[in-house]
Amino acid sequence: MDAHGVETLRKAVTDATIACIHDAEVFLPPDVKEAIDASYNAETDPVARGELENIRSNIQIAERLDLPLCQDTGITVIYVTVPADFPVSREEISSAIREGVRKATDTVPLRPNAVDPLTRENSGDNTGFEIPPIHFSEGSELAITVLPKGAGSENVSRIGMLLPSEAGKVTSFIVETVLLAGGRPCPPIVVGVGIGGTFDLAATMAKEALLLPIETMDAFESEICDAINNLGIGPMGLGGDTTALAVKVKKAHCHTASLPVAVNIQCWACRRATRVVNL
Amino acid sequence: MPEGDTGGEPMNLRTPLGDEVLSLRAGDQVLLSGIIYTARDEAHLKMMDDGIPFDPQGAAIYHCGPVIQGEQIIAAGPTTSARMNKISGFLLDSGVRCLIGKGGMDSGVRDALRDRAVYLAFTGGCAALAASHMKLHGVHYSDLGMAEAIWVIEVIDLPLVVGIDAHGGDLFSKIGDRAAMRFEEWKKGMQPEG
Repeated sequence: MDAHGVETLRKAVTDATIACIHDAEVFLPPDVKEAIDASYNAETDPVARGELENIRSNIQIAERLDLPLCQDTGITVIYVTVPADFPVSREEISSAIREGVRKATDTVPLRPNAVDPLTRENSGDNTGFEIPPIHFSEGSELAITVLPKGAGSENVSRIGMLLPSEAGKVTSFIVETVLLAGGRPCPPIVVGVGIGGTFDLAATMAKEALLLPIETMDAFESEICDAINNLGIGPMGLGGDTTALAVKVKKAHCHTASLPVAVNIQCWACRRATRVVNL
Repeated sequence: MPEGDTGGEPMNLRTPLGDEVLSLRAGDQVLLSGIIYTARDEAHLKMMDDGIPFDPQGAAIYHCGPVIQGEQIIAAGPTTSARMNKISGFLLDSGVRCLIGKGGMDSGVRDALRDRAVYLAFTGGCAALAASHMKLHGVHYSDLGMAEAIWVIEVIDLPLVVGIDAHGGDLFSKIGDRAAMRFEEWKKGMQPEG
């Protein structure tokens, strides 16, 4: 591909990134909105109903005024699929995505959230060393997915290196994580779980699980979700019938001597959006 | 119906606040109007060093790092209040009557609120809803950056729930204790596996 072609593609990637961040920050996916509506309709506690009413009007106002749903516009976690033999390098694509994040900080707008971990100096544009995280995989199209991840729910996420003899404790580790989190992650939450793999793969799977549609759960996921909702933490930790909208689990084989379990909690604003880059 | 919830209309409050906050009970719903001040971790630390840059008598502090564009409040939902557990006492000692945030605060704050102030919860993540009830009036400590500065904001009928009242009533800890009890019961009932 010639220099002009690369430049055209860079611009298309940057534009798609900006559009994708905007979609994710302003519009909640339909399956999440439906789950929130369903929990509102089923809720019996008056305080919880009030909280869910606020969440529902917030979703409508954000859409109407074209504004971010939450002031914690998060770290923009990015997933990219690239076709095999794509003529432009991943470095070029990453650089165009970073440019998109910087521009979206002004246009959406996003709160500048990226700081040096020790000096706490803010970069001002949501980029920095290794930030935004950009995860590549092969796919049929060049597509960008954005998962804005807020800190309130990220900070109460956990990873456990359980013993292989403790397979029965996987469920209670997950439910206990939600118990310890209480109202801090802005329930009703979505719970992303990674079971198996390695220390880092478990966490990667837990975050990827937050990209899965939440309208269906398998028997294992439903069992965990019921146990969580039985805790009665409710919307914002003020009590109520719905603490988790859904639990989504991803699994990988792991070392015979280990059993990693990662729980990545997402707030009710389970934001995600995907854009295909039109070439 | 939870304790303290009368099922009645929300109570209207206006800042600066006075002894009317003493009549509130955990679980009550409130509509708050008047000036409030945003403050997060950095602003608390700076106020402890430099003094409070506004009149704290009857003031309401909002744990919030908003998105501001020009004079416009774009998004202004609450942040996690627990981060301010250990650094809120000086505000209450200076006459602040109300802390607003999400997720509740610890027993130290609950004791510090006693007989003088309340903790009000605003629905986390509801930044657009919050902004629709707000007008920007000014800013202190803008050098701390957008999220950490103290923004002076007028709110109109902001819908809140009393999380911790001035008499030790704490909806968050009540719900948390109940959840912990239910967790232990559930664990006992689980069939041993593996």
